[in-house]
Parts: sequence; structure tokens; C-alpha cells
Amino acid sequence: MHDVLVIGGGNAALCAALMAREAGASVLLLEASPREWRGGNSQHTRNLRCMHDAPQDVLVDMYAEEEFWQDLLKVTAGNTNEHLARLVIRASSTCRPWMRKHGVRFQPALAGTLHLSRTNAFFMGGGKALVNAYYRSAEHLGVQVRYDSPVDALEIRGSRFLAAHCGTERIQAKACVLAAGGFESNREWLREAWGQNERGEWPADNFLIRGTRFNQGVLLKHMMAQGADIIGDPTQAHCVAIDARAPLYDGGIVTRVDAVSLGVMVNSNAVRFYDEGEDFWPKRYAIWGRLVALQPGQIGYCIIDSKAIGRFMPPVFPGVKADSLAQLARTLGLDESRFMQTLSEYNAACRVGTFDHTVLDDCHTEGLAPPKSHWAQPIDRPPYYGYALRPGITFTYLGLKTDARARVYFDAAPSDNLFVAGEMMAGNVLGQGYTAGVGMSIGTAFGLIAGTEAARAATKSMADAVA
Amino acid sequence: MQSLEALTREAITLANGGTAAEVTRQMQICNACRYCESFCAVFPAMARRLEFSTGDAHYLANLCHNCGACFQACQYASPHEFAVNVPRAMAQLRRETYASYAWPQPFGALYHRNGVVLAAATAGGLALFLVLLLAVRGTLFHEPLNGNFYAVFPHSLMAWMFGAAFGWATLALAIGAVRFWSGQSPGPITLAPATEATRNALALTYLDGGHGDGCNESDDRFTLARKHFHHLTFYGFMLCFASTCLAALYHHALGEPAPYPVTSLPVLLGTLGGVGLLIGPAGLLWLNMRRHPMHGDPAQRPMDRAFIVLLFVVSLTGLALLAMRDTRAMGLLLAVHLGTVLALFLTLPYGKFAHAVYRSAALLKWAIERRQPSRLHVGAE
Repeated sequence: MHDVLVIGGGNAALCAALMAREAGASVLLLEASPREWRGGNSQHTRNLRCMHDAPQDVLVDMYAEEEFWQDLLKVTAGNTNEHLARLVIRASSTCRPWMRKHGVRFQPALAGTLHLSRTNAFFMGGGKALVNAYYRSAEHLGVQVRYDSPVDALEIRGSRFLAAHCGTERIQAKACVLAAGGFESNREWLREAWGQNERGEWPADNFLIRGTRFNQGVLLKHMMAQGADIIGDPTQAHCVAIDARAPLYDGGIVTRVDAVSLGVMVNSNAVRFYDEGEDFWPKRYAIWGRLVALQPGQIGYCIIDSKAIGRFMPPVFPGVKADSLAQLARTLGLDESRFMQTLSEYNAACRVGTFDHTVLDDCHTEGLAPPKSHWAQPIDRPPYYGYALRPGITFTYLGLKTDARARVYFDAAPSDNLFVAGEMMAGNVLGQGYTAGVGMSIGTAFGLIAGTEAARAATKSMADAVA
Repeated sequence: MQSLEALTREAITLANGGTAAEVTRQMQICNACRYCESFCAVFPAMARRLEFSTGDAHYLANLCHNCGACFQACQYASPHEFAVNVPRAMAQLRRETYASYAWPQPFGALYHRNGVVLAAATAGGLALFLVLLLAVRGTLFHEPLNGNFYAVFPHSLMAWMFGAAFGWATLALAIGAVRFWSGQSPGPITLAPATEATRNALALTYLDGGHGDGCNESDDRFTLARKHFHHLTFYGFMLCFASTCLAALYHHALGEPAPYPVTSLPVLLGTLGGVGLLIGPAGLLWLNMRRHPMHGDPAQRPMDRAFIVLLFVVSLTGLALLAMRDTRAMGLLLAVHLGTVLALFLTLPYGKFAHAVYRSAALLKWAIERRQPSRLHVGAE
């Protein structure tokens, strides 16, 4: 029998497995995907939000606990647990030497991400490089790793974990860490969660999944059926507006279109629906997925002119290009006269002062609903470009309720040998909203806790058996 | 809007239309991601651009050192439908760079069956000197000559022959370099970028993975082995070259013709270089044989390996000649050594060695370019 069974193969699972192994436990890690797709959503990540009181290697200035907490409070609109959140924040300030020891390397903020140079430590080579490093270290330390091993059920007596079922195999362990991700790849579940809207549409049918295809939420659903305490709203997710031509799964970072604040967004009726210049794009990109999800057909069109070229990160697919706005409307399949009306109203409402994309500038609209509060310039310099955007789900927040020891709860009572980490519990800290790199902070902090606790529980169960 | 399938099809069509188009396709994906920015110079150079001309593609391809880090770290590598494999696309395009800038131009075709070319050149070189040996001495073996090479082949014959071969190689490579540079020049060459590029070339900065742990070979593990074996190869070669130059100096300036004693500077340098030129290529070949099947361009392995083996053989025959210069086999060993050296010199501009020229040019361009202000304001908010 193994001391610790880790179910999942992403960042949180690997942190838990490494930590348990370092504590002396024998560890088996089960990754649902084949080796080439290992790492879940972690393979698409790029950084970790880090508290620090002074400049550190790749991090400039400082990012104190209180500021991190206030940022989290703001993006979640209070839908968080302060105790657990502060635990994550403090862990983020001390985990990097441990990560380095296991082969993770850091780099300064990437070109085009200056706004994160103070708050986020970037992984050199991105999340897949991090995942590779952790797997190498795990294998080196003697963690047993099995790919193509999805777990579909657990045997639980009372609140105690007994064994996991992987296909026809029954795997026993003294303690278990659940780190198998959210349910964002399960389209049926998304459809059910989002339901039908007032237009009779099933919005989730038009969602794209930015992350792994392996987060089917099988274990999450199973735990719900087993009576585990659940937290979060199934419609809450990290959801951004991404290029409508993105692949159904694993589109990752490149499918984002960062031009929204430089132009206007219209829906399929060629009508604007939200203030594109409300705040800096890095503070607003995470709301646009949900905004587009609420539009008819769950599609939006980002319209810019040639003044915007060179001011936003190049998207992976070229935009639709046209020499006139009317032609652009036709190519995008939008109602031409309505589109022209929207654009002329917008252009006429622009009060251009001094355009400056690096500050909340004074270019705004007057007498327009919804307004564009900053960076409002007439869209009048051809060629024009249009990008169709759809909601892109990165990860879901519905998960298992937990505590500072990463324990799974049944009827408000904690299990003494079943723990949870990563997306399966991120909703405890991140009830809604998002801020860059916080998913990895939660996954790392709780992965470390869950691994430590599982190793301790396994040792304790051995001591009990001897006694 | 085009569907993903349509875009993929278009991309594949473009890619089939040329390796430069495939580099462009991949760079557009990488430019939207940028996770690999700290591995090497390719990605920061890419990030200075929004679009990639064929010239840009050749520049970036030659800046790539084929370390493999970006491939191992790539979230878009196959089986992802984007099928990004930057080291492979770059390697494939580099061969086109070498072929298209070769001088005289028709000789560019020699890159396409390079293993055969090098084998044929070696065979030709060997045959030439063996026949010469027979013609001069009437036999392959002779009474010991106390290491006096010139008793077998006259000094003037060797000097002229190898001077001409080396001169040809230098001329051909220089013409290629100048033509490559004229299509690429980012601005005047000043001291600071020239120094930086020289250092990056001599220290193989971009084989250390950006973190100092090295590059990838058979898997995602990092190792400095390639860098070290390359250093042994290059500096071994340079020591041998220095030994030859020094010997020429002794001969012409000091009037002391070869053979030199084992403790003399030319022999010491040559021996030391020769040993480096044995261990280095042997190590590089070993790494090349173990390299991940997706890493680099498998079609170029004959070219890579033929060059590595030729370097090894040049060194091995040189050291054997030194060891046995007082025996009856000296003439034969000398013929074999000279045959392989001639093959090496003549094929220098038409084989793997070309990478040194174009990569140095790309490093110089990067050193100049990165000092210039970027015209983009991406992500400035």
C-alpha cells in the first residue's frame, strides 16, 4: 500500500507529491492524461503572484501582504475567505526557493507585461517548463508517476479515504490528495450550469476552453455525490474573451486579443455593450469573457483602426482587414447600416485630448451610452481590423470546501486523511473574479500544505496501526 | 471569419511553399505567447517585430542555436494542432540560408546530400595523396625518415595546395557572409555590439538555456554537455590551427623547418588541440545520436555527423602521424592525414561549418539591433 496517493498531475498535485515524498512518504501520482498532455492547466500558466517586501531577483519594488489582500478582495468582491487567502499570500512569499530547488527557473516579466513586473514572478519557459521540472524532480526522488490513469471513484468510509478506483484497478493508500482540476472541459456540465437564457440559447455551447481537455470534473462530481462539502457557484470561472477561431481546447495564452481598450466592442447586432476604456486592460481583460457570454450568440467583435497597430500584443490569428468600415461590417457578417450608425455615433462622441495608453488619459466620449471613459479616439484611419471574440474558460471555481490544513469536509466535519489542492479548492479563496497568477499561488500554497498533511496523516495511520 | 481548419490548411499550404513560411507561421504563434523569452536571443528579437519577412526568418533561424529548450517547454508542440517546433523549423531554414548564400551559387546544392559530399571529398582527398605517395616514392612504406615530412611531400607542394584550399574556403565563406549581411544590416557595426557578439559566439552564451543549466538533448533535462563538447571541438581546432601557423612562422621567419621535437610549441599546441578535437567531436556525435527525435531537423543529421566524423578523423590521423612519425608508416599516415585535411578545407564552405559564419552574423545583428529603441508600444498600459 502507498502512503500517499495524489490524484491529478498539474502544479498542485506535483507540489503535494514532492512535499509528501520529501517528508518520507511513498507516493503514487495518477495523471489522467497521456504523458504529452500532462500538467493540466498548469502547462498553460506563466507566473505566480508573489508577495514580497523588497525587490527580489525577478521582482521589482515590493508587493506587501496587505496590498495583495486588497487586490484579492477587490477582484472577488469579497467572495473569499480571508484566513485562507492570507495563508496563500504568505506562502507565495516563501515558496520560490523550494520551487527553485525542484528545478523551476524564473525570468523577469515578459515584454508586453510590464504591469506584472512588480507582482508576478514568471516561470522561465512558462508553465510547461515548470511542470517538466517538477516531474523530473518527482521521478528523481522516487515518486511513482502513472499517466493515462483517470480516477473515477473513491471509496470513503465515514470521512476516511480507503481507496481510489482507476478503471478496474483498486488503489489503496493511507492518505490521499485530490488535485484533479475543475470541470471546465466538461461541456455538458457547463451547459447545465449556465442553463438556457431568456433568448432560448444555451450560452455554454459557444464557450471555448483555453485549458486542458482533461478537466472533466469526474472526481468533483463524484465527491459531490459522496456528500463532500462544496463551495462556489458553477457559473463562476476565469473567463476571458478570446479569438473565436481558437481551438476548442488548449488555446492557452495566444488566443487572447488585447485590442479591446484601443477600439470598440460590438455584439452581433452591431451595438456596443460595455465601456471599453473603463480601466487599464490588465485590470479588465478578465471581465470580458462573461460580458461576451451575456450577448446574443455569445459573440463580440473588437473593432480597431490602424492607429492601434503596434500598441497591443500581437494575436495569434490575423484580424479581418478592410479598407472601409462598411466593408469591414460586411466581411464580419454584421448589419452594415446598424454598424455604421454605431461607429458614427461613437466617433462623433469622442472628445480627444492627449492620447496616452500608459495612463488613464483624457480621451473619452460624451453623451454616449455606454460611454468609453479613456483612450476614446475616432475609428477613422484605414485599414480597419475586426476580431470576433468568444468566451474562453480557463478554469472553474466550483470546488470542495477546505480549511488551512487542506482537509476535505463532509457535513462540516474534516476528513483525517483526504486533502484537496489546486482548482478543486481554489473557489475557497477565489469565489469570483481573477487576478493574474493567483491560481498558481493558490495551487502552490495548498499543494504544499496538502502534501505535508497527507504525509503526516499516513505516518499517523502507521503509528496507530502499530499501537 | 475563417475557421480554424481553414487557417491550419492555409498555414500548411504556406509551409509547403517554403520553410521560411513555416518559420513565419510559428513566429506568429510564439509572438503571441512569448513564454520562452529568456531562453535565448531568438524570442526577444522576434518580439521587436509584428510581421516576419523572409529576411527576418533567415535572421532568426541563424540566431537559433538549436538548444531545444523552447521545444521542450512549448505548450503548442505536437500533439497540439498548432504543431510548434521552433528548433526544427529554424534548422530546416538554416540549411536554405547556407545553400542560397553559398558561393559559387551552384555549389549550394552540395548541402542537400551533404553526408555523401563529405564522404566523397574524403575519399577523393585520400586517393589523391595515396597516388601522390606512390608516384613520389613508389611504395606505401619506406625506411624510417625521422619524421621528415618533406622527404615524402615537398614543402612547397603542401604549402601551395593547402594554402589554395584554405584560401578558397575563406573566400567562399566571406562572400556568403557579406551577401547575407548586405540583406540584413541593421545599422553600423560599432565596438560594443561587436564585442558582445564575439563574446556570445566564443562563449556559446545561448547554449546555456538562459538559466545556466544548459540545453536539452534526449529529453527535457538540461545539460551543459553540448556546450562543453563544442568548446573542446572549437578550441581544439583553433589550437591545431595555431600550431600550423606557428610552424609556418618557424619555417619562414626563423628558418627552422619541421619536424619539431615533441616538447616544441607547435607540437604541444597541436597535440593539445588534437586531443580536444578527438573528445569534442566524439561527445558531439554521441549527443547527436541520442537527441530527441523531434528536436532539430533529422534530414540534416548526415550533414552534422559527417562533419563531426571528419573533424574526428583529421585529429585522429594527425595524432597517429605524430606518434608514428619515426616508423615506416609515416608516409602512409601523412598521406591519409593530408587527404582528410584537404577534404575538410574544401568542404568547409559547403557543410556544417557554415553555421559558424551565419550564426556569428546573426549574433552581431542582434547585438546591434537590441541597442536600438523599439518602435512598438505593446502592453505599455
